[in-house]
Amino acid sequence: MDFISILTIFVLACFIGYYVVWAVTPALHTPLMAVTNAISSVIIVGALVASAAAGVPGAKWLGLLAVVLASINIFGGFAVTARMLAMYKKKER
Amino acid sequence: MTLPPPPSPPPIVVPSVGDAVGHIVQPSWVLLAYLIAGICFIFALRGLSSPQSSQRGNRFGMVGMAIAVVTTLAIHEIANMVEIVIAIAIGGAIGLVTARRIAMTAMPQLVAAFHSLVGLAAVLVGAAAYLNPEAFGIVQTLTGGSGWTLFAPLSNPLPINPVSRVELGLGVAIGAITFSGSVIAFLKLNGNMSGKPILLPLRHVLNLGLLALILGLIGYFTTDQSAWVFWTITALSFVIGFLLIIPIGGADMPVVVSMLNSYSGWAAAAMGFTLGNTAMIITGALVGSSGAILSYIMCRAMNRSFLSVIAGGFGGDAAAGGAGGGAIDRPYKRGSAEDAAFLMSQAEQVIIVPGYGMAVAQAQHALREMGDLLKKEGVSVKYAIHPVAGRMPGHMNVLLAEANVPYDEVFELEDINSEFARTDVAFVIGANDVTNPAAKTDKTSPIYGMPVLDVEKAKTVLFIKRSMGGAGYAGVDNELFYRDNTMMLLSDAKKMVEEIVKSLG
Repeated sequence: MDFISILTIFVLACFIGYYVVWAVTPALHTPLMAVTNAISSVIIVGALVASAAAGVPGAKWLGLLAVVLASINIFGGFAVTARMLAMYKKKER
Repeated sequence: MTLPPPPSPPPIVVPSVGDAVGHIVQPSWVLLAYLIAGICFIFALRGLSSPQSSQRGNRFGMVGMAIAVVTTLAIHEIANMVEIVIAIAIGGAIGLVTARRIAMTAMPQLVAAFHSLVGLAAVLVGAAAYLNPEAFGIVQTLTGGSGWTLFAPLSNPLPINPVSRVELGLGVAIGAITFSGSVIAFLKLNGNMSGKPILLPLRHVLNLGLLALILGLIGYFTTDQSAWVFWTITALSFVIGFLLIIPIGGADMPVVVSMLNSYSGWAAAAMGFTLGNTAMIITGALVGSSGAILSYIMCRAMNRSFLSVIAGGFGGDAAAGGAGGGAIDRPYKRGSAEDAAFLMSQAEQVIIVPGYGMAVAQAQHALREMGDLLKKEGVSVKYAIHPVAGRMPGHMNVLLAEANVPYDEVFELEDINSEFARTDVAFVIGANDVTNPAAKTDKTSPIYGMPVLDVEKAKTVLFIKRSMGGAGYAGVDNELFYRDNTMMLLSDAKKMVEEIVKSLG
């Protein structure tokens, strides 16, 4: 993809983010931070690319370390979000 | 007379592995898979619009992540799969154990720690891309026969294309700022470091100078991709992240945590640009805007500009308490747990206002017990939450949810403020500035203009406070303590609530 197509996707995604996040109820702002944390670890994609490639050992080890860090975030982030969301209960009637 | 058509130019030879910018051309199913992952992430945030749909949203997030990871592994030649699986297993185990064990009161620290990991991961990925540009498909593809080897330094034989160099530079810089900033935020939130702002002389000049230097170096990086340029950008960014957060006081942490949340998104987006990966770009944009909006909401709730928060120093001399210094001797009414229990059991409606003090004392479970006993007596019990109560957005809501308080008894400021006038007892536990009427009346007060909960309109205000000495974070004395309809309950929040529970039971 050329730079302009990528930029287009980015700008449109910013707008989607703007509207979606304003719709989040304030009661769930902490889970919002936890889950955004987890999904921003999609940076693991870059880490995997680096650690999959042979040839430059330095790059590979940096990549593997990044995979570990991003995995902590992905598993930890989604799990802690799930734990928090499970606590929100409606009044029993 | 017609001219013969001009001779067509010789076809431009572009190596088949790269497109015009040099990204690896990906098959369309891959692009589609990344797009689906991106959409899953949008659904994950969308689900948070209500507690009922939130858990489904979270599962969408997990599915999106799985798609992104599997797709990436499927399209790359993997030198050693075992290493990658081990790396994921180590990270996954640490993450899961942490998520299970962490106390809900420690959530702000945990989020700050997670932000720092995203930041560091971005730096590592950026560094890996710099060292091995071929793997990332960002090697400059030249069409002419100019012979790039002549211009490339020997230590770095493959030239990275200039656009990718800017993206790399920005990604690494934002990642490094996110990392060191989050580490400081973590240390402050976790109490390893004083929450008081640390003010260096000339810090604004220093920070702006550093920022200009980093941007200048990123510009220079496009012409010279020497190692020293790259590593200097990285090192300076670590330093500026550290310098940006040390002057910010503990109570401004909700803004800082949101801001770092935003940065971690922009870092992911910058790496997405480098890789030409839609899932990363969509996610980065979502997270970036999410953090930015949360910062804005927090600033609005404190009636402060984002710049003044970032400039830091607020609450620096809170302990000195210029305004409240002489006021400590003023007369006030002091009550006991029995008095409070009696007042509340006679009430028709009680509104509970929790603040950071409740989190510190871990009083949420005792508080819920108190609420249950009151409800049994026929009292209507509601909770009122100020947007900046606690150390991160939504902090109080999570703690109340943990203590099994149903979320439909918990109200935001604008939804409940009109009800205080019709309420018999406002029960303030661990909050101070967010109830201070001076924000409405006293133009000289540092918190003037901040939206506050109108607790003073209730017939009786009960204030749990450790002692009369300390003022709130803003260093402002609260007029409310000395009013006739206020009763001070001076004790540890948890102990006091437990005693009230005892007298109610």
